[in-house]
Amino acid sequence: MITIAGAGLAGLACAYALARRGVAVRLFERSGVIGADSAARYAGGMLAPWCERESAEEEVISLGSRAFDWWARITPVHRRGTLVVAPRRDRAEVARFGRRTREYRQVGGAEIGALEPALAGRFDQGLFFEGEAHLDPRRALRDLARAVVDLGGEISLGTEAPQQVDLDCTGMAAPLPSLRSVRGEMAILRCPEVEISRTLRLLHPRTPIYLVPRGDGHYMLGATMVESDHAGPPTLRALMELMGAAYALSPAFAEAEVVETGAGLRPAFPDNLPRLERRDGTLFLNGLYRHGFLLAPAMAEAAADQSMEHRDENTREFRTA
Amino acid sequence: MEVYDKKLTSRLFLGTAQYPSPAVLQAAIRASDTDLVTVSLRREAANGSGAGFWDLLRETGVRILPNTAGCHSARDAITTAQMAREVFGTDWIKLEVIGHADTLQPDVFGLVEAARVLSAEGFKVFPYTTEDLVVGERLLEAGCTVLMPWGAPIGSGRGLANPEGLRAMRAHFPEVPLVVDAGIGRPSDAAAAMELGMDAVLLNTAVAKAGDPALMARAMALAVDAGHKACLADPMERRDMAVPSTPVMGLADLNLAEKT
Repeated sequence: MITIAGAGLAGLACAYALARRGVAVRLFERSGVIGADSAARYAGGMLAPWCERESAEEEVISLGSRAFDWWARITPVHRRGTLVVAPRRDRAEVARFGRRTREYRQVGGAEIGALEPALAGRFDQGLFFEGEAHLDPRRALRDLARAVVDLGGEISLGTEAPQQVDLDCTGMAAPLPSLRSVRGEMAILRCPEVEISRTLRLLHPRTPIYLVPRGDGHYMLGATMVESDHAGPPTLRALMELMGAAYALSPAFAEAEVVETGAGLRPAFPDNLPRLERRDGTLFLNGLYRHGFLLAPAMAEAAADQSMEHRDENTREFRTA
Repeated sequence: MEVYDKKLTSRLFLGTAQYPSPAVLQAAIRASDTDLVTVSLRREAANGSGAGFWDLLRETGVRILPNTAGCHSARDAITTAQMAREVFGTDWIKLEVIGHADTLQPDVFGLVEAARVLSAEGFKVFPYTTEDLVVGERLLEAGCTVLMPWGAPIGSGRGLANPEGLRAMRAHFPEVPLVVDAGIGRPSDAAAAMELGMDAVLLNTAVAKAGDPALMARAMALAVDAGHKACLADPMERRDMAVPSTPVMGLADLNLAEKT
């Protein structure tokens, strides 16, 4: 039996990876509902390794490329690609974004309009990352929890973890000294009049934002990046920036209903890449930062590898003792 | 150079925003050899804190110059400065009072007002200003002993929009440390500012948004140093007439080829 503290994205992903290998797992989650306390609740749910490379290390691609198939076994993955656009006066941002990334093709106004008719005539230059995808984070967490249970895993909700666990996936609650939180503010819009089928990124020198379709006329709009551990509601400035960007994508968003606004804290290490760290007999998986859904599969499989090796070593020691 | 009785070994000041990660920022700080970095205090930091980020900055051992970035009134800037003093334990403050949301041009009226209040409270104020001489005089009267004129709008990377204005400023305030703040896009811009006799350069976006921030930080450091040395070396004047630069060593005998 492997015990895991935290049934957020990292904890559930590890439990799933272990359970699939036939290992008995038990998760302890402080909150009473899956995802209620999880940073992943506020995520975009983009599987966008090539776009993320713009401001992240090469590992987001090497670790992220297995995410598509991994998630597709568990929850619907929409392989519609990412369309990156910029207002005319910020056209230089498209060139810069293109230099830092790969696996895209340049698209002009006509193709942008063909891909997303809602944007027709509004942008004359963009990049299309055809291989990228998105999922619905909250649904994915629920589906992942169900998959763990289906594989025989046990999830104890509303239950504090015991002092000693095998795996700690408690995000900002973990006692790791170099971990910091990067606050992200987001909003969910309901706007059935606007039909957008893939992730859009609006480049802007001050506030780049993304819009991810959630289906049923809903869109997730995100997200700010603030070096802060303040978990309070979004600021007016942040919401103004998000809303302004949505309006710049399509003025039809002016009629959208703002059904939710929220702020989450992303756990991050100094290089903004996730880590597996062993301390006092516990393996910590943490620091998924803004790449949770993209990097959780690779990190969870690595955590499962290490947990099983560790368990086998302990068994050997026990036998030889 | 010396500002507010403190010796700084580097003439390059670095902003800490917009880096891909704190690890990359730390590498850029090391590569730049800077000993002064600016940090913006967003209001969230007072409620919760950016403690993790500040800790990573402190690890580098550089002096921290908090700023009032994003403040649009003297009052707002004063409050932010007071909070920054608590958070960072320093009375140094880079004072920004933004007058215009699009160009982020300083509101020089609010700037002078805030500089007066903060100086009276014991702050060591580094004002982000324009190249206007009268505003410069008012800031010195308000208690500043250093001036930070813009090169171009913040984050624009356009280089020195008004080199003549900066030249006039240097001539008008020969003894005041002048730091070109904002607008530097490339090392040649930084070198040009230093060649004008500026004492230092403060930049952020040009390094943070470069493909290799640490490498660009190094390039900027070299450029600042080159520009500073060039200024000390008293560069030649520009002129229209060509002057041969090859020494004359006798005259060629054009008949020689035929003779042999």
